[in-house]
Amino acid sequence: MFTSYAMRKFKNRFFFFLCLLCVVAAVLPLLSILYEVVVRGAPQLSLQFLTQGPGTIGQSAGGIGPAIQGSLILIGLTSLIGVPVGILSGVYLAEYGNNKYADAMRTINDMLTEFPSIVIGITVSAVVVSLIIGRYSAIAGAVALAFMMIPIVARTTEESLKLVPNSVREASLALGVHKWRTTVSVVLPAARAGLVTGTLLSVARIAGETAPLIMTILGNTYFFLGFDQPMDALPLRIYRNSLQPYQDLQAQGWGAALVLVLIVLAINVGVRFASRGRFRR
Amino acid sequence: MISINDSSEFESMKMRSVGLNAWFGAKQALKDINVAVKANAVTAIIGPSGCGKSTLIRCFNRMHELVPGAKTSGQVLLDGKDIYSGDIDPVMIRRRVGMVFQKPNPFPTMSIYDNVAAGLKLTGMKKGKNLDEVVRRSLEQATLWEEVKNDLNNPGTSISGGQQQRLCIARAIALQPEVILMDEPCSALDPIATARIEELVVQLKNQYTVVIVTHNMQQAARVSDFTAFMYLGRLIEFGDTSSVFENPRSELTEKYITGKFG
Repeated sequence: MFTSYAMRKFKNRFFFFLCLLCVVAAVLPLLSILYEVVVRGAPQLSLQFLTQGPGTIGQSAGGIGPAIQGSLILIGLTSLIGVPVGILSGVYLAEYGNNKYADAMRTINDMLTEFPSIVIGITVSAVVVSLIIGRYSAIAGAVALAFMMIPIVARTTEESLKLVPNSVREASLALGVHKWRTTVSVVLPAARAGLVTGTLLSVARIAGETAPLIMTILGNTYFFLGFDQPMDALPLRIYRNSLQPYQDLQAQGWGAALVLVLIVLAINVGVRFASRGRFRR
Repeated sequence: MISINDSSEFESMKMRSVGLNAWFGAKQALKDINVAVKANAVTAIIGPSGCGKSTLIRCFNRMHELVPGAKTSGQVLLDGKDIYSGDIDPVMIRRRVGMVFQKPNPFPTMSIYDNVAAGLKLTGMKKGKNLDEVVRRSLEQATLWEEVKNDLNNPGTSISGGQQQRLCIARAIALQPEVILMDEPCSALDPIATARIEELVVQLKNQYTVVIVTHNMQQAARVSDFTAFMYLGRLIEFGDTSSVFENPRSELTEKYITGKFG
């Protein structure tokens, strides 16, 4: 009796230990990346670093102001295209999507979510950069990132609208409210937390994208020149600086990496607040 | 006493169905229903689960067709005009024929005030109306005003289940419909809340025509003037509540109201 109890306790502890080991194995790389980024990036942080353009090579004075500005412009521009299209697609899928066209759209949407970003970049480059605008430009970057944002927003919108109980729709329709008005004034507000979460997650996703930007906004060392002009962005700055042979530029790259990580972390914390149930019962 | 055979009285009814059939996909839920609803009276529809009573009233404001695969045939006449004829917009019918559901379903993102005002706001019918007055009058008619008058800005979901159901009734009557359909409005409520709703139903018939679906026979006997008994998608018996309960013509009705099945 005693031995079997001791054995059972031992097995319990053993498997608990195994689980713990797996968690450590999963978290350790993440923590070591964070550690590396903070240790190497933190010394770079200063008001000058965050607000000024890069100086001349060899001088340690200089910053990543243009990259931060470019990333923020890019996020804004992408959201301007991606959020309305994504939310409207999601509304179609959830509220009117009981047909084979919507099924096809859902499949394509899922494929697009997993699509290699470099392929999106090269396509947008071939169409927008080469044919329409004729040069590397901020707007081309936003179009490429919007292709990545739309499927995420559409999917999360559909899922959050499906969580709104049907009784709420029926309540509105039974009052003689038109279906579109029911969707806009009753269903969408009820799903607001989910919509905000989906949007912020998609922003976090695109904020770190590099591949599509290389071929669309190119990157430069100037502050904003115009929507039809090349622009810098944080991931691009990290990429370019890491290839440089100069130590101070490499160090600036680490600083840019830390700033990017902080932005993404801030968005994730924002998601937690947004999805904290204001409308949950 | 009204009877389906007395055609002159039957035709002057507020609402009636003529040869109404309804399906969910291939399954027929209503079979050849001929029933009438008298103005300013309470008509109860009783019957065991799955007999089609909810489907029947959902056909009365064209909510049935919102279920994917659902269809109907036959007529439903409102003031003598078929609400299923091609030139009728179902949205307009639902403004004239309101509905209260089984489970209280106030709009989760709206305050008590906005829940009551929602019908007028969302249908664009608030023009020339004093919203405050409509909200107050509707809540008073739903006997909820005294309980919530100081909390009008609280969420509609913050009050008790019975209060929420009266809020839903207030929301329906804010549009001043001609007919109010109630789909087992008390089945999610405790006995005290149920008693309040029942009192309210009886009051409402002074201004509105009420149709109430219930699986509770005592409730039908207490609140209704007319009773329809349905079984397996068919209308078995219809008439004065007192005669249906005291002197049923059909053996099936008698078995049901004496609790031998259902």
